[in-house]
Amino acid sequence: MRPVLLIDFGSTFTKVTAVDLEAERILGRSSAFTTADSDIGRGLNLALDRLADKTGDLVYESRLACSSAAGGLRVMVSGLVPELTAEAARLAALGAGAKICRVFSHQLTRCDLTEIEENPPDIFLLTGGTDGGNRQCITSNAERLASLTSRFPIIFAGNRSALDDCERLLADFPLTVCPNVMPCFGELRIEPVQKEIRRLFLERIVSARGLSRTRELLSGILMPTPSAILSAVTLLAGGTKEEPGIGDLIAVDVGGATTDVYSVGQGEPDDAGIIFKGLEEPYAKRTVEGDIGVRYSIQGIIDEVGPDRLACEADLETGRLVQLVSHLTAQPFLLPEDQGEELRRLDHTLAASAVDVATRRHAGVLSRVYTPMGPAWLQKGKNLRQMERIILTGGSLIYSTRPLELARQALYSDRHPESLRPYRAQALLDQDYILSAMGVLAEREPGIALRIMKKELTPLGVCHRRQDQEEANGSA
Amino acid sequence: MEQENGKRLVIGVIGADVHAVGIRILEFAFRQAGFQVTNLGVMVSQEEFIGAALETGADAIVVSSLYGHGELDCRGLRDKCDEAGLEGILLYVGGNIVVGKQDFNDVEKRFHEMGFDRVFPPGTTPEQAIECLNKDLGVG
Ligand code: B12
Repeated sequence: MRPVLLIDFGSTFTKVTAVDLEAERILGRSSAFTTADSDIGRGLNLALDRLADKTGDLVYESRLACSSAAGGLRVMVSGLVPELTAEAARLAALGAGAKICRVFSHQLTRCDLTEIEENPPDIFLLTGGTDGGNRQCITSNAERLASLTSRFPIIFAGNRSALDDCERLLADFPLTVCPNVMPCFGELRIEPVQKEIRRLFLERIVSARGLSRTRELLSGILMPTPSAILSAVTLLAGGTKEEPGIGDLIAVDVGGATTDVYSVGQGEPDDAGIIFKGLEEPYAKRTVEGDIGVRYSIQGIIDEVGPDRLACEADLETGRLVQLVSHLTAQPFLLPEDQGEELRRLDHTLAASAVDVATRRHAGVLSRVYTPMGPAWLQKGKNLRQMERIILTGGSLIYSTRPLELARQALYSDRHPESLRPYRAQALLDQDYILSAMGVLAEREPGIALRIMKKELTPLGVCHRRQDQEEANGSA
Repeated sequence: MEQENGKRLVIGVIGADVHAVGIRILEFAFRQAGFQVTNLGVMVSQEEFIGAALETGADAIVVSSLYGHGELDCRGLRDKCDEAGLEGILLYVGGNIVVGKQDFNDVEKRFHEMGFDRVFPPGTTPEQAIECLNKDLGVG
């Protein structure tokens, strides 16, 4: 036996998973509640005790971890044009597992600077201009950042021609330099920045957050949890050199406060008549919806879907819905199983809407433009129509009694035909919460992580696109 | 190829126009002449021209229109450039910019009024365009 311990430090739970590298299987899992950041060591010990009850005492050959504790990794990004370099920078940081607190475009204003000064980020990602292109914006932003009193790590990933000036201006910041996120127009190059963000996370942020004590317990990797999940699903989709993956996929993680969506695949137009517009899309893409979640962010779902429609889908009176929502908001730790029938229905509807809204925001959009020559099709964003697998993870999906229906919300719908979501897909459930652990393990043993995921994810069956009529009939 | 002249061009076919061949030839010719070229291809919106010109720090935007609706598609481009901080950027347009055979002097006048610095009639060769670019951008 070759046991390895994988730890996921969450903001509310610390989860531990023991894996046997030799048998390529999971030995056991457990978790413990962590109320405060200072508790992190205690939460870990508690979780380990519980794990030992299941697995017996194990001597781990390594201990690896990911973390979203202490508010996650707070990143601010700046670029020039909102939908070009600023967007490229945003995509880069999201894919590295960051929590994006601000996206600035064009020149930083005095107001922006005050905001940065008052609440400085863990990392500032400074971009703008293609290589050899606009130099003025990034240089003046560097100058403005230098006028602040706070100092924070800055990653320069903009126009190379502006590098010398920026290095001089930012001499007393911890500055690292990466290749431009958009080296030439429309081309996205985000992996180097993502690597750098993860390195900074490990080196600086972890020690600043009181996680350093736990670091002694670890033997290496510590990455932001969303970045671990993104590497897990990327591995699962693409496989290794020796072993194929399961193909292009999307994954949805609905949480109490936010909903994350991941997609792995090229996402190019699937018809010769469609013309792609805008910035290239990342092969492995993550988006996070900060206003969509089934406990702290219910209001965001209501705002998006509307209370009446939500009530109708949960088979409740609108007044009753409002009552139940305030009940849920007041008791965010209420689990679906200890609820009455009404609350369970509401919970299901909230999770379904979260999947629907978040995948719609993640997916690309097809628009029909009416030209003097007749209609033409333009695609903006990533095309998921041909992706044939959906993975569900996160508390509210894992504990659902009707997970296949939730998966279906991620598919193409007649209500939003413009949204380029999958036509049909096989749904897989991350029942035992292994994705983040496998993402961490993948850094060391990708082959083993891949095979464990293939074994452990539970197939739920195939779901098909949603058509208006059947939606109206209420049949699933 | 000529030595790079340090001047940057953003080029593309505006509007709903899908004529894809000419713009590639222009891209090739402009590169040969020493320009750095960002070719946005076909079906390019005004916003795309402007976004690309901003990020690449372009010295000129070269608009091609072949299907006859150039006048509609080009209207307002200069104002939007001004709005976006691209005041004074060189704007060219050419191809078959209007429908059918019209008096080119009239056409030229209308496009000048729309803020284009140079307007080229059908049949303009890339060389003629390069000559103008060199002159207007002070190359060589
Ligand atoms: C091939 C072609 C098509 C193909 C295009 C395939 C493709 N994806 O590229 C298809 C079949 C799709 C097509 C469709 C249409 N076409 Co057509 N097409 C042509 C054709 C035969 C050749 C175009 C070409 O590739 N030429 C070769 C290249 C190298 O030359 P070029 O495009 O003219 O570009 C050069 C110069 O013009 C110049 N130039 C171009 N832009 C600029 C800009 C500047 C600033 C400068 C300085 C120079 C410059 O430099 C280029 C390189 O040398 C022309 C006729 C012709 N012989 O030109 C008609 C032609 C352009 N089409 C025409 C029309 C009307 C149409 C349609 C509207 C037909 C219809 N009713 O459906 C549609 C429009 C579709 C759309 N949304 O754009 C008309 C335009 C008439 C007008 N403007 O008054 C033309 C002129 C035919 C005609 N005589 O009626 N077309």
